[in-house]
Amino acid sequence: MIAALTRGRLFLRLMMGLAMVFLYAPILSIIIYSFNESQLVTVWSRFSTKWYVALLHDEQILHAAKISIEVAVLSASGSLVVGTLSGYILSRFKRFRLRALFSGMVMAPLVMPEIIMGISLLLLFVGMEQVFGWPQRDVQTIVIAHITFSTAFVAVVVQSRLAGIDVSVEEAAMDLGASPGEVFFLITLPLMVPALVSGWLLAFSLSLDDLVITAFVSGPGSTTLPLVIFSKVRLGLNPEINALATVVILAVGLVSGIAAFKTAFKVLTPGKAIAQEGQDKCVSPA
Amino acid sequence: MIRHVRFLGSPKPGEGRIWVIAGPFLWFMIFFVIPFVVVAKISLSTAAVSIPPYVPLVGWGEDGTLNIALHFGNYHFLLTDPEYVIAYLSSLRNAAVTSLVTLLIGYPVAYAIATTKETLRGPLLMLVIMPFWTSFLIRVYAWIGILKPNGLINNFLMSLGLINHPLDILNNQFSVYVGMVYAYLPFMILPLYSCLEKMDHSLLEAANDLGARPIRAFVSITLPLSLPGIIAGSLLVFIPAVGEYIIPTLLGGADTLTIGTVLWNEFFGNRDWPVASTVAVALIVLLVGPLMLLQHFQSKGERS
Repeated sequence: MIAALTRGRLFLRLMMGLAMVFLYAPILSIIIYSFNESQLVTVWSRFSTKWYVALLHDEQILHAAKISIEVAVLSASGSLVVGTLSGYILSRFKRFRLRALFSGMVMAPLVMPEIIMGISLLLLFVGMEQVFGWPQRDVQTIVIAHITFSTAFVAVVVQSRLAGIDVSVEEAAMDLGASPGEVFFLITLPLMVPALVSGWLLAFSLSLDDLVITAFVSGPGSTTLPLVIFSKVRLGLNPEINALATVVILAVGLVSGIAAFKTAFKVLTPGKAIAQEGQDKCVSPA
Repeated sequence: MIRHVRFLGSPKPGEGRIWVIAGPFLWFMIFFVIPFVVVAKISLSTAAVSIPPYVPLVGWGEDGTLNIALHFGNYHFLLTDPEYVIAYLSSLRNAAVTSLVTLLIGYPVAYAIATTKETLRGPLLMLVIMPFWTSFLIRVYAWIGILKPNGLINNFLMSLGLINHPLDILNNQFSVYVGMVYAYLPFMILPLYSCLEKMDHSLLEAANDLGARPIRAFVSITLPLSLPGIIAGSLLVFIPAVGEYIIPTLLGGADTLTIGTVLWNEFFGNRDWPVASTVAVALIVLLVGPLMLLQHFQSKGERS
């Protein structure tokens, strides 16, 4: 009996170890081989930083990086506004007409295949341009598209933070004569700051990474970094891209991952609610 | 007196709400719902050499009559052209296999994390999530270097003398599966974890006391109790996986056809926007069921 149990534990440990290798080996291989001197990416010759130097002189990549950062800052800020409102509504307004529709619209982009959102937003923009003469396809259309898909992530983070804030604090302020607006801006918003920081960072890195939606809605003058990377990697391995990838991994992944340490994992379960549903069933067998 | 003034100054709770809701609601109506209507509309048009490259559905005849031309040919084309049928079916198969394999790998991992020391759970979960923060495109690209003929795996195996010729493991169905399982694994582990973590372990002890073998206890207690996690994880993997574009393009072969790749090629390659729209509508139709199921779970979770 005991032997069987420990054998089971051993199996679990082994699986976990293998899964971690599986998840991290590709990322580590990119980082290691970015310092490889050889043009043949996977054949190690000797340590070199020449691909990083080449990166610094690549005008196309630098220009694309500038556009990507501009788009990411704008869309992260936009999704912070829309996402905070949406998360607040979903968490505090329990009953209103069309609530199911609203939560469906906010949350669906979490799982909706990007290719669908890309083509549908582009066709909308083209139709709008015909009718209203606006918008031109450039940074602004990319920003609108990015806000639309990353808002859900901000909303999930905000919602889970609000679930942990005692409503009685807000009610007390209301009883003492604060208007709903004052309660929101003086009480609720300050309490949400950690969620807002990680929501913004998450939206920022999602925007910086997006390829498929951006490919549809970008214009000729607004080529972002993932578009440049994609056009290069389609042709095969490229040591300069390894160097660029390392910079992206370290700059975005690590910094924002650590900054959002606490709330980060809630984001990946867009069914936070699903998880709760699961927990209910897990605790008490029906 | 003061109360009276306050009553006038602040509207009843509920009246201001509509203005709070209106902003985000309109945003998603305009940029998420209406675009689907536009896609459906353009799927009924035909391609033309113009800007934008399709024939308008509604037009005015020379004699001032209103002409509405709906063209259902794209749908007929989609249902009868073998290329599209194959793409449709192989996307379904890719997504189903990915869900199954991520479940088989993810379940033990989630179980291991959920049953480990409490202080270790946070860091382990963080390790599962961290890859999600790094670029999807770059992580998929990394597999090219690992799987290609003179890539890391083949070089390693050949240096050990285990194989003489490089294994053919890139640009085929196998590498697509590897990439998909790799990219979507965290989406499976997290819902499973949050379910398994809350499980009451005294149930397993009771089963043990009553003489159930560990396997039996797992099948009749743990597995059914984690079913919601299994369903949630499978949906979170399956839905985006059906429309996946980047992985089949970078890791697949010349014969790899998926809904994502044919849509992309129709749109950017052939500039046939109406057919691309039709492919998109077909994909949406396919996903309506799974999406409704997901929404059903979410609203149920919110009520409880």
